[in-house]
Amino acid sequence: MGFFLETLFGGLMAGMLYSLIALGFVLIYKASGVFNFAQGAMVLFAALAMARFAEWIPKWLGFESLLLANLLAFIVAMALMIVLAWLIERLCLSKLVNQEGITLLMATLGISYFLDGLGQTLFGNDIYSINVGMPKDPAMILEGTFEGGLLISKEDLVAALISAALVLALALFFQKTATGRALRAVADDHQAAQSIGIPLNRIWVIVWSVAGFAALVAGIIWGSKLGVQFSLSLVALKALPVVILGGLTSVPGAILGGLIIGVGEKLSEIYLGSFFGGGIEIWFAYVLALGFLLVRPQGLFGEKIIDRV
Amino acid sequence: MLYRENGQFKTSYAADQQIFPIAQDRLAIGLLLLVAFVVMPMTGSEYLFRAVLIPFLILALAALGLNILVGYCGQISLGTGAFMAVGAYAAYNFLVRIDGMPLIVAMLLGGLTATVVGVLFGIPSLRIKGLYLAVATLAAQFFTDWAFLRVSWFTNNSTSGSVSVAGLNVFGVPIESPVAKYLFCLTVVCVFALAAKNLTRSATGRQWMAIRDMDVAAAVIGIRPVYAKLTAFAVSSFIVGVAGVLWAFVHLGAWEPAAFSIDRSFQLLFMVIIGGLGSIMGAFFGAAFIVVLPIILDQVPHWFGIPLSTATTSHLVHMIFGALIVFFLIAEPHGLAKLWSIGKQKMRLWPFPH
Repeated sequence: MGFFLETLFGGLMAGMLYSLIALGFVLIYKASGVFNFAQGAMVLFAALAMARFAEWIPKWLGFESLLLANLLAFIVAMALMIVLAWLIERLCLSKLVNQEGITLLMATLGISYFLDGLGQTLFGNDIYSINVGMPKDPAMILEGTFEGGLLISKEDLVAALISAALVLALALFFQKTATGRALRAVADDHQAAQSIGIPLNRIWVIVWSVAGFAALVAGIIWGSKLGVQFSLSLVALKALPVVILGGLTSVPGAILGGLIIGVGEKLSEIYLGSFFGGGIEIWFAYVLALGFLLVRPQGLFGEKIIDRV
Repeated sequence: MLYRENGQFKTSYAADQQIFPIAQDRLAIGLLLLVAFVVMPMTGSEYLFRAVLIPFLILALAALGLNILVGYCGQISLGTGAFMAVGAYAAYNFLVRIDGMPLIVAMLLGGLTATVVGVLFGIPSLRIKGLYLAVATLAAQFFTDWAFLRVSWFTNNSTSGSVSVAGLNVFGVPIESPVAKYLFCLTVVCVFALAAKNLTRSATGRQWMAIRDMDVAAAVIGIRPVYAKLTAFAVSSFIVGVAGVLWAFVHLGAWEPAAFSIDRSFQLLFMVIIGGLGSIMGAFFGAAFIVVLPIILDQVPHWFGIPLSTATTSHLVHMIFGALIVFFLIAEPHGLAKLWSIGKQKMRLWPFPH
């Protein structure tokens, strides 16, 4: 029982991290109808920038404080992501307005390749570490209830809390602010939104910046967990089934999808993996999402798409 | 002057419907085939065959298969590498497990196995499309990556995880020297390109294009989406599967699942986009471009005396590919093939454009 709960918690924590990346996908899709394949590359790029600036800034300015270095690196990395969002809008998206979803998807694939190359050219391609002072030791809880207690990684717990806070903030941003309303309007109908005076360009820059912010946070958390290297951009591939499962347009869907995939992955690996020869984590999420799509093509909370001729 | 069709009248339906209705095009294709089949084998160096021409031909074949699915039928697939892998491993198993299995038959059986798997993973396309389908095909990619690595039956219980084939021959003619390999690939590619070209001009091909342009409208005018989509998946994965067999057997000789990783899928998709969506010619342009570009990037800085490290080159290639894809999607969504046909159009009017 204790072991099962431990696995369950592990799955939930991992799921929270998937949700964080999935959120980036959902935000952009919700506000502009673009399925952003480059989210993984953005996570890598942001994490690389963060890791390197945290190392370089103290050298340039000549101080020692880790906190200050991280803070400055975060600000610079965020600024970089905003510039990136602006450039993507200027050079790519604004020229592809009113194109089909597939064209936009392939354009983001191109962006993703470009960012992978650019990030590693600018920041190098070794393995870097991000140290934002996340607690590394595991914690023991509920020792009285179970024999042996439950071993829970504090790092995962902190990460999960940060993700939850971010999700809450984004949900409030979308629901309560004027900008959030404008974003939703654009997602609903580009032309109608434009005709009542919502500037499409600025909305796109904002939304890509917000996605960049989500990528940065995800990059920092994953980066401090696994180290910053090229494989980080592959973590985003794990978030794809999460988005599909939850529904492309739904923030709660991304969260719930992430939790389901996280838990499913861990439990299936432990309880089913031995039948298949192990390592089924790689495809379990995809097959789960695929099976689900056959039953409910729009995902858990997605909007049903109605086609008209 | 040279490229004008004055006086070329078609007097029969067959003449009107042929693939190259213009005499100059027929001549050009004839010359191209002559160079490819006769001149190249006599003059090409071994490096040229091994590093450029053979990969180019095989990847062009795979891109051709993918183009049928993405360019003609509009079903985006990120799992091409998976279908190549299925073809390669299936053909390997047929070859190893059945005594006296001829290479050609093993190749076709590998293609057929890929067809079955392709149709299986194509079934979701009946319910879902576009972005969702892209993710569904990624499932195929991850599943096959895992299966060929973990399930030892597929690799005939090879301990290292990599498998190899040797002593290939077709009708008793060994396929060992680079020239023989090249000619074998060239023949296969020519046959498939011709078949694909004709297929896309047939009723089935038109149904694919109707589904691509607007599936609901196509269904309204009586095209069966199930039939159209699944045939596209079947034909596409067959060709991709055969390309996988060639890639593994002829180009690599010994391979492991990493040869068909997700990077290969993306690479092929890029070929299709850069070469030209919905164009047989485009698959060749795209493959040529993507095979040759890294080689050029490797060589050119050397000539100028600024050698780049391997890592820098690979990043540079990434950036150039990425930028080019965005550029082509914005500036010329039909890719290099469209530029080529614009060029031809201009030639027909030259020197009096109007």
